[in-house]
Amino acid sequence: MSKPKVATTSLAGCFGCHMSLLDIDDRILQLIDLVDFDKSPIDDIKTFTDRCAIGLIEGGCCNEENVHVLQEFRKHCDVLISFGDCATMGGIPAMRNNIPLAECFDEAYRTGVTVYNPDGIVPNDPDLPLLLDKVYPAHEVVKIDYFLPGCPPSADTLWAALTALLTGQPVELPYELLKYD
Amino acid sequence: MADKLKFTIDGVEVQAEHGQTILDAADAAGIYIPRLCAHPDLKPIGSCRICTVVVNGRPQAACVQPAAEGMVVENDTPEMLEHRRNLIDMMFVEGNHFCMFCEKSGNCELQAMAYRFGITAPQYPSQFPDKDVDASHPDVMMDYNRCILCTRCVRASQELDGKNVFQSIGRGFGRKIGVNGRQALGDTDLNVDDRAADPTICPVGCIIKKRVGFEVPIGERKFDHEPIGSEIEKG
Repeated sequence: MSKPKVATTSLAGCFGCHMSLLDIDDRILQLIDLVDFDKSPIDDIKTFTDRCAIGLIEGGCCNEENVHVLQEFRKHCDVLISFGDCATMGGIPAMRNNIPLAECFDEAYRTGVTVYNPDGIVPNDPDLPLLLDKVYPAHEVVKIDYFLPGCPPSADTLWAALTALLTGQPVELPYELLKYD
Repeated sequence: MADKLKFTIDGVEVQAEHGQTILDAADAAGIYIPRLCAHPDLKPIGSCRICTVVVNGRPQAACVQPAAEGMVVENDTPEMLEHRRNLIDMMFVEGNHFCMFCEKSGNCELQAMAYRFGITAPQYPSQFPDKDVDASHPDVMMDYNRCILCTRCVRASQELDGKNVFQSIGRGFGRKIGVNGRQALGDTDLNVDDRAADPTICPVGCIIKKRVGFEVPIGERKFDHEPIGSEIEKG
């Protein structure tokens, strides 16, 4: 029987959660005995090649491309896991949610103290994904099956959840592995 | 009249003094009833409703309801657990709780309550309300994003400090903690040594002392290893 496939992505996140996944250290050898990676920044596969058992979502949705990728994950994965505070609650990117979008653009491209932009042009190429009005946690965009909070969730937390899921055990984190920071 | 009255919590017989609340009697008996707005040094007001228990079939706030002879109290039931989880969830989505950079993380009672109940993500839509930060005081700052309106600071200032620094202002979703009406914290007579500014009074990271953040390393904070309420359950 072929191994189940895992896909991962980083949406509006900082890749810190993926770093934490790599922090499982030599257990990654056990992990690749259990699963194959499909679309993921870890193996640089850009598009889904097959149906996946598990999709790991880092980051919430801050632009239309995030929404598109998240919907693709929902379509191709049996189980979706939000991992990290950005995916589960919006996280640091959601700090802009109280600030009008126009003010964010002004600060980033026109008036910020380190900005050099004599023409005052705000990038507007059609290839750039449009920003959403707010940053949304992943479960406010598609159905998410499991949540692993933390900034980032520790390697032990990720390992415990992944091995439980892959061996058909209930995903029940011990007290010390559930952290929001 | 007998010296002590007897009642049961989840079938366990508990003794109480006359006039003692259900919460205090439960604490003395080593039974933890979760609570946020109740504090041992302050008068209870039954505001947060986390301590709601079912008394003889009716919901009551355990922190203000006096114990009575023969009462049947339900505390640790699936129904009450769901009720409390919902309240905690609402407190998270109605504020802006960024635990990853909050100085109170690990010592925060709201966060600890969520850990105790195993909440991995809020189930309600996030509100992301627009809240202020008041850094006008030289030694104490307030981050309203984290306030859960427990009014422990209001009561501590009045009951323990003999001042009136904090008040509850507004109604409904617009309710907030005010300082001397609508002034800034720096305009008040709050002193950094006041009980109202003590980190054990504010359950979250709303009222925090300046220049002492992150003093305790991760792994040694109050709720890093044991759930909130463990000290009561150990007796």
